[in-house]
Amino acid sequence: MGFLIQHLLSIILFLPTVAALIILFLPKEEGKLIKWFAFIASLFPFILTILLWMAFQKDVPGFQMEENIPWFPAIHSNYHVGVDGISLVMVLLTTLLTPLSLLASFSIKDRIKPYMILFLMLETGMLGVFMSLDLMLFFLFWEIGLVPMYFLINQWGGENRNYASLKFILYTMAGSLGLLLSIQLIGVVTGTFDLVQVMERWNSLSGSLLGVPVTTVKTIIFWAFVIAFAIKVPVWPFHTWLPDAHTEAPTPGSMILAGVLLKLGAYGFIRLVLPLFPAESKHFAGALAFLAMMAIIFGAFGAYGQDDFKKLVAYSSINHMGFVVLGIAVAAASIGTLESRIAMSGAVLQMFNHGLSSAGMFFLVGVIYERAHTRKLSDFGGLFPLVPVFGGLLIFVSMASLGLPGLNGFVSEFMVVRGSWPVFTLITALSMIGLLFTGIYILKGIKLVLHGPLNERWVGHLTDINVREVIVLVPLAALIVLIGVYPAWILDVINKAVTMLF
Amino acid sequence: MQFPILSVIIFLPLAAGILILMYPAERKTEIKATALAATAISFLLSLWLFIAFPSYNLQPGKYLFEQQFNWLPNFGISYHVGVDGLSLPMVLLTGIVGVTGVMISWRVDDRPREFFAFLMFLVTSVFGVFVSLDLFMLFFFFEIAVFPKYLMIAIWGWPKTRDYGSLKLTLYLFIGSMVALLGVLAMALYGGKPNFDMISLENAGFSMEFQRLWFPVVFVGFGILAGMFPFHSWAPDGHVAAPTAISMLLAGVEMKVGAFAALRIAIMLLPQGAKIWAPVIIVLATINVVYGALIALVQTDFKYVIGFSSVSHMGLVLLGFAAGVSQSFAKGITPSADGFIGAGMQMFSHGVMTAMFFAIVGMVYDRAHTRDLDKLGGMAKVMPFAAIGFIIAGLVSMGMPGFSGFAAEFPIFMGLWRAYPAVAIIAVIGVIITAAYILRVVNKVFFGEMNPELVGHITDIGILDKVTIVLLAVFMIGFGIFPSLLSNVVGSGMMHVLQLLGGA
Repeated sequence: MGFLIQHLLSIILFLPTVAALIILFLPKEEGKLIKWFAFIASLFPFILTILLWMAFQKDVPGFQMEENIPWFPAIHSNYHVGVDGISLVMVLLTTLLTPLSLLASFSIKDRIKPYMILFLMLETGMLGVFMSLDLMLFFLFWEIGLVPMYFLINQWGGENRNYASLKFILYTMAGSLGLLLSIQLIGVVTGTFDLVQVMERWNSLSGSLLGVPVTTVKTIIFWAFVIAFAIKVPVWPFHTWLPDAHTEAPTPGSMILAGVLLKLGAYGFIRLVLPLFPAESKHFAGALAFLAMMAIIFGAFGAYGQDDFKKLVAYSSINHMGFVVLGIAVAAASIGTLESRIAMSGAVLQMFNHGLSSAGMFFLVGVIYERAHTRKLSDFGGLFPLVPVFGGLLIFVSMASLGLPGLNGFVSEFMVVRGSWPVFTLITALSMIGLLFTGIYILKGIKLVLHGPLNERWVGHLTDINVREVIVLVPLAALIVLIGVYPAWILDVINKAVTMLF
Repeated sequence: MQFPILSVIIFLPLAAGILILMYPAERKTEIKATALAATAISFLLSLWLFIAFPSYNLQPGKYLFEQQFNWLPNFGISYHVGVDGLSLPMVLLTGIVGVTGVMISWRVDDRPREFFAFLMFLVTSVFGVFVSLDLFMLFFFFEIAVFPKYLMIAIWGWPKTRDYGSLKLTLYLFIGSMVALLGVLAMALYGGKPNFDMISLENAGFSMEFQRLWFPVVFVGFGILAGMFPFHSWAPDGHVAAPTAISMLLAGVEMKVGAFAALRIAIMLLPQGAKIWAPVIIVLATINVVYGALIALVQTDFKYVIGFSSVSHMGLVLLGFAAGVSQSFAKGITPSADGFIGAGMQMFSHGVMTAMFFAIVGMVYDRAHTRDLDKLGGMAKVMPFAAIGFIIAGLVSMGMPGFSGFAAEFPIFMGLWRAYPAVAIIAVIGVIITAAYILRVVNKVFFGEMNPELVGHITDIGILDKVTIVLLAVFMIGFGIFPSLLSNVVGSGMMHVLQLLGGA
C-alpha cells in the first residue's frame, strides 16, 4: 500500500502502456478477449484516480504526489511528475473518458489488436502531459500522443481520412516546433527543465539574452507557446484542422479528441503560459480574449451552417472551448483579483464539462451513424418515435451542451461570463451572441434529427440504442447532473488550486 | 595480461571471412552460419563492453582495454587499440549492424561464399577504425575495406546503377581518405620525428598557423565520408546501388566512420583550427539538413528517400560538432558538451535507424521487385511486422519524443542555441520536412491499395528478418525512453573533447 501511494501517479500513468504491451502478446484472432481486456485494464487507472482524489489534500499549496528521479542527466532533465487541483481534474477526466471510449469501441470490427494498443498508448500520452513537471517530459508526452491519434484517424477513419490525419499531425507538429525551440532555449538559459525551478529563474531574468533584450526574447517565446497551444485548443483562426479530424475519426477517437486532447492546449495555457509569462500574458490578454470571442461566435455560426451532424458537434467544440480561452484571458488580464479567480475556475470547470458533454455528443452521433450510415441532418427527421431512448439521451446531452441551468455547462459558462464581464465588457457582450447561437444550432440539430415529418426510409431500419451504449452514457449523464446540481465537490478542488496560483 | 577483448572483436569477423573463403562454394549453410556466429559473438562482446563501461568510471582522456605493440617503431607506428565513451557506442553500433546485416543477407544465393567473406572483411575494417588509437592503423583498417566494398556493390548491387554507383562511391571515399591522409601525414611529421599515436598527438602543440591550414584539409577529407555538403552525392547513389546488407553497413556505419574520424582527428587534435573553421562547417551542415530533407521529399524511388534522409541526418551530427566547438568559447554562457553529446548520440541513433530503413526497403524490394513509390502500396496488410518496424524507424527519424532520435537531436539543438541561435531556427525546418517525407513514404508503401499486379505475389517476411527488426527497434526505443544509458557513455568521451577545446 505504501508503494502504491508513493508511486500512484506513475502507476496510473503507465498502467495503460503495460496493458498495451500485454495485448501485444494476445492472439489477434481473439477480438473479444482483447476488447474486454483493454476495457477492464483501463478501469484500473480510473479506480486509482479515485484513490488519488481521496488522498489529495486540496488545502495544501504546490504539487502533490511528486516523484522526481533523474531521466536525462546530460541535459538536466528529470522524470518529475506531480499534480495540483487543476491537473487532478484533468487526470480524472482522462481516466474516466478512456474506459468509456473503449466501451464505445466494442463496435470496431477491423484490426482490433492494433486499435486497442494505440488507444491505451494514447491514454498514457495524455496523462503524461497533465502530470509532467518537467518541460522536456511535458514535450515528450505532448508529442507522443499525436502518433496514436494519427493512426487512429488514418487507419480507422472515414473516407477522407488520409487528408484529415495528415492535416491533423502536420498542423500540430508545425505548431510544436516553436514550442520545442522555446523549451530548448529556456533549458539553455535556466540550466534546468524542472518546472518549479524554471519558474523561479526564468521570471528573474533581466538584461539581454543572445544579444537581444530579455523582454523581446520573452515576447517571441510567449507567442511560440501561445501558437502551439492555440492550435491544439483550437483557437480561431487556427481551428481548421479540427472539423476535418473529427469528421474522419472513428467515434471513440472523436470522443477522446474532443474530450481530452483539446484540453491539452488549454492546460498548456494554464500551466505554462500564464506562470512563465505573466507580463506578456497581461499585455496580450485583450488579443487572446478577442480570439476567444471570435471562436465563440464563429464556432456557433459554423455549427449552425452544417448539414453533417458530426461537423455540427465539431464546430460546437470550437464554440465551447472559446469560453475556456476567454476565462484564461480574463485571468491573464486581471491576475490577483476576484474576477481572475472566478473566470479561471470557470475555465477549468468548463474544460471538464466540455469533456463530458462533447464525448457524449460524439458518441450519440456515432450511435446513429452506425445504424443509418449517414450523418446528413437533411436525411433524418422525425426519428423520435422510432428511437425514443436515443432521442431522450440526445436531448439530455444537448441541453447540457446548450448550458441549461441545472446541468453542468451552465455553471462553468456562468462563472466565465461573471468573471469576464467587468474585465472585457464589450467582448463578453458580443460573446453572448455566440451563446445565443449555441442554443439555436443545438435546437436545429435536435429538430432535424428527432422532430418534424418522419423520413419514411428509416421505418423498420433503425433500432434503438442498446444496453452497452446506454452504459457508456450513464456515467456521463450522472456527472452532468451532479455538477449541475452540486458543483461544490469539484469546484472546491479547482478553486483552491486556482486561488493559490492566480 | 587482460583478455584482449577489442582485438577479438576486431579480428573474429576477419578470421571468419578467411575461414569462409576456404569452404567449398556449395556449403551455403555453413558459410552463413560461420558469418552469423562471428558477428554475433562480436556483437555480444561489444554489448558486454557497453554494459560494463559505466562501472569502470573512466576519467576523461583515458581509454579502456588499451593494447599497444610496436609495429613499425622507426616510423612511430604501433598497433594501439582502446575504447572510450566516444568510440564505444560506435563499436556497439558496428556489432549490431554487422549481425543484422548477416541475418538480412540470408537469402543471398549468388556466390554466397565471396559475399559473406567480403562482408566479414568490411565488418573488421569498421571495428578497426573505431578502436584505433594510431593514425596509421586507422587508415590501414579503413583502406582494407575499399576493395571489398567496391566489389560487393559492383557484383551484388542493383543491376541498373551498380557500375555507376560502385565507381562513384569508391572514388569519393578514396579521394576523401587521401585528402585526409595528407593532413594526417602533416600532423604525424610535425615534430620532426614521425609519430602516429593519437594520444600523444593530443599534446603535440600544433601551432595556430598549422592548425588553421590543416584543419579544413583533414575535416573535409573525413567530411566527404560523412556525406558533408557539397560532397554528399556519392551517398544516395552508392547506397541505392548496393545490396541491402551493404547499404545498411555503408549508411549505418561507414558514414559514422567519417564523422567519428572528423571528430577524433580533426577536432580533437586540431582544436584551435576547429574554432576558426566552425562557422563554415555550420553553414555546410545546415544545408545538409534542410537540402537533404527537401530532396528526400521529392524522390520517387523508395531507396533514394532513405539515401537522402541519411544526408540530412548526418548534417545534424556535423551541426552538433560545430555547435560543440563554438559554444565552448561563446561569451556569457557556461560551456557544456550538449552539442557533442547530441552528435555522438545521433551517430548511434542514425546508425540503427538507417540500418532498419535499408533492411526493410530490401525486404519490400525482394518481394515486389520495384521500389517505385507509385507502384507500391498496401504492404502493411501482407507484411505488418515490416510496416511497424519502418514506422518505428520513421518516428526516430522525425525526432519523435520517446525514441532515440529525439534524445539525440534535443542536445544538438541546445548546443546550437548556445552557439548559433539562428541556425537552430533554420535547422528545425528540416525536422518538419522529415515528418512530411516519412509520412509520405509510409502512406505510399505500407497503406492504401495494393498494386493489382502485386496482389498474391507478396509473402510475409521470415523469422530472421523479424529478429533483425526487433533487435534494431530495441535500441531505438530503449535509448529513447532511457536516454541516459547512451548519454552517460557518450558524455564521458565528450568531456575530453571539451577539455581539449579548453572549455572545461
